[in-house]
Amino acid sequence: MSTNPPQFHDRATTGRMMWAVALSLLPAAGWGVYRYGTPALSVIVVAVGAAVISEGVIGLIRRRPTLRDGSAVLAGLLIGMAMPPWVGLHVPVTAAIFAMLVVKWSFGGLGGNWMNAAAGGLVFAFYSWNRQMTGTGVDGESSATVLTTVRGALETASGPVGGPVGLLRAVGYPVSSVDVSVTDWMNARVLTVVGANLPGGYVDLFLGYVDGAIGDGSVALILIGTIALVATRVIRWEIPAAYFASYAIVTRIFGGLVFDDGYMAGDVLFHTLSGGVVFAMFYLAPDLSSAPTNRSAMLVYGAGVGVLTFLFRFYGAYPGSGAFAVLVMNTLVPLLNRGFRPRRFGTRRRRDPGGGVRAIAGAGRKP
Amino acid sequence: MRTVTFPVGGLYPVRHKHAAHRSAIRNAILPAVSIVPLRQSHGPDAELCVAPGDKVGEGTRIGRAIGDLCAHVHSPIPGLVREIRPVTLPDGVISTAAVIDLAGSFDRLGKVLARHEWKTLRPGTLLRLIEDAGVVGMSGVSQPTHTAIDARAAASCRWLIVNGAESEPYVCADHRLMVEHPAEIFEGLQIVERLLAPDRVTVGIGADKRDAMRRMRAHDADGRRRDYVRLSVKYPQGDERQLIRAVTGLEVPSDGHAIDVGCVTVSAATLYAIWEAVVTRKPLYERVVTVAGNGVARPGNIKVRIGTPIGGLLAECGGVTDPVARIVIGGPLRGYATTDLTTPVLKYTTAVLVLTATEVNAAPTAGCIRCGRCAEACPMGLDPARLYKLVAHGRSGDAVDHGLYDCTECGGCGYVCPSRIPLVDGLRDGKANR
Repeated sequence: MSTNPPQFHDRATTGRMMWAVALSLLPAAGWGVYRYGTPALSVIVVAVGAAVISEGVIGLIRRRPTLRDGSAVLAGLLIGMAMPPWVGLHVPVTAAIFAMLVVKWSFGGLGGNWMNAAAGGLVFAFYSWNRQMTGTGVDGESSATVLTTVRGALETASGPVGGPVGLLRAVGYPVSSVDVSVTDWMNARVLTVVGANLPGGYVDLFLGYVDGAIGDGSVALILIGTIALVATRVIRWEIPAAYFASYAIVTRIFGGLVFDDGYMAGDVLFHTLSGGVVFAMFYLAPDLSSAPTNRSAMLVYGAGVGVLTFLFRFYGAYPGSGAFAVLVMNTLVPLLNRGFRPRRFGTRRRRDPGGGVRAIAGAGRKP
Repeated sequence: MRTVTFPVGGLYPVRHKHAAHRSAIRNAILPAVSIVPLRQSHGPDAELCVAPGDKVGEGTRIGRAIGDLCAHVHSPIPGLVREIRPVTLPDGVISTAAVIDLAGSFDRLGKVLARHEWKTLRPGTLLRLIEDAGVVGMSGVSQPTHTAIDARAAASCRWLIVNGAESEPYVCADHRLMVEHPAEIFEGLQIVERLLAPDRVTVGIGADKRDAMRRMRAHDADGRRRDYVRLSVKYPQGDERQLIRAVTGLEVPSDGHAIDVGCVTVSAATLYAIWEAVVTRKPLYERVVTVAGNGVARPGNIKVRIGTPIGGLLAECGGVTDPVARIVIGGPLRGYATTDLTTPVLKYTTAVLVLTATEVNAAPTAGCIRCGRCAEACPMGLDPARLYKLVAHGRSGDAVDHGLYDCTECGGCGYVCPSRIPLVDGLRDGKANR
């Protein structure tokens, strides 16, 4: 008896990768629960529970349980974390069931889905329960997200308003004491060296002292999670990097227009730190199954998601711009995989099946 | 000194070299029974030229090569031919083998072999010596060496490259040879240079083998210009196409051979065998094999007779300790697993590995999650998962259009696949069932 090569493997397995991603989300999720308390916890638990039960039922029907691969827990976690804490519990339940049954399993389960399951569930929820998802009032108790506040303020404002942060200050959006002390320290000790001055509010955005979705508030904790993922090569850097680059460039050039600040005046920092962009950048866009499989296609894909995120965020009718941008780019993945196929070794150029292989010129023969 | 590599694909598997790379080559105890398959290269069986009951000496020819893909086979031990029977080689191919019982006296063992002058010999004579000794590529692709460095190769060879990459994990047989026998390898190189008359000679040695590099350079004192380069530890740096790309910048055409870009590569172990064939007139009947893996008590590099059952080799290394997941013949990426301890060592057996479960990292096969890791690892720029699916759906023809035959079966895709899809198996099926 003999078995074929290779005889040993990388430690990574599909299940380990999924669980690792889920694990890396926990700090940010924990922050959300700490900030918003029980409602946040119940949204997350309900989303994860609905996803796990859906997956379990499918497993029973197929007589092949798949819960151990962790993908259901991960999808539920992503869905729960991207929702505001005050949302009605039927929203995460429906979104998670839709994600698992329709987006994932109707295409054959993990790896079969061409659309990012979590993003699909989220966009479904954004369209179905727009007011709840953006949080402008279910029962008067809830507060608005940063983005909704900016949007609302922009409608009533006229003339240059000093960008999004200026608007927030104008409507009296609170700045935490942590922000004040950190910003003061930075301005006094660090930024004076380069002659810069950091206005208040950014530190809140970075650390997560703003209202918004449960899990995407704390950019710092999300970054810690993703750095671990990239370092252990669970996710690849290409997609987030291209996403950030294109989003930053487009935002810098055109992001000032809606605030009447003209070209080249976009506030990249604010627009990256707020509204779940970092969450989409590191957890929705690089989803293995629904993203391209080779490097150049990944770069184009990431750049595309970045530009679309900008468009939907600044000119779209709905929030959830990152998730929606991911879905749109998902539809282009087969095309990208095809168009940006790497050159095969020993052939002159990319070619499609049917074209002739042209051997490269050799070192030549001896005379 | 430059460190070079190939730009596309490749991977950095866990290297596991620490177990044996400092362990000096030691001689194996002679096997009481030697099982010598007549298929010692990737060609047909050699033609049997002994019969049961025949008495053979150490180095008696027992198989005569037929055609260019085949090399002579010699008896590794003196003794009596007990029987001729089919054996299954590690890769599943069945070969006729001569089973030889140890008896009689040794002609060469324990004696200082006379060194023959070769500088006065004509190339044809040198080539004949190499052919007669049955030398084949020792570090993987086992093409008979006399066909790889013949007059036809000499007519096109502009660039001779010595392959000291040894990029497979665990394996350090070539490494030890370069450290312990640099003079012989160097003289072997001079013989090949004489045969091929290349314009340039580059010696590439794995960047992890600094001692080998130092020793090899120390013996380079004949005034000829040779380049020395460090080869990246990236796998499969030791594969011919990746080696040539790294050293020369040239890509062997998809449908061509190394010689089409004017290159000939020869491994350090093969140079040593050439030296033995020409200078000591010793046929190729023993080689250095790395025995390693967490399941073996005393890992090391063993000089062992061809035809020795791997069970004997393992016993010599202190036997098997931990619960064993897999016994592997060859490197872990290209080699084959076996459960048959009578499987004999072949001319191209670089290693025998006893791997435990924590080294193998086996997992049940799951569905493809399209992570793209296989495509990232593929040194040939292929999309292994896509090819696999095409083959699985009975579309091998389409797979061929997407480069199926470019696949060198390096095993990199199978190593990185988190779903443990048997990609190499699938691609092989596609090639076989086209």
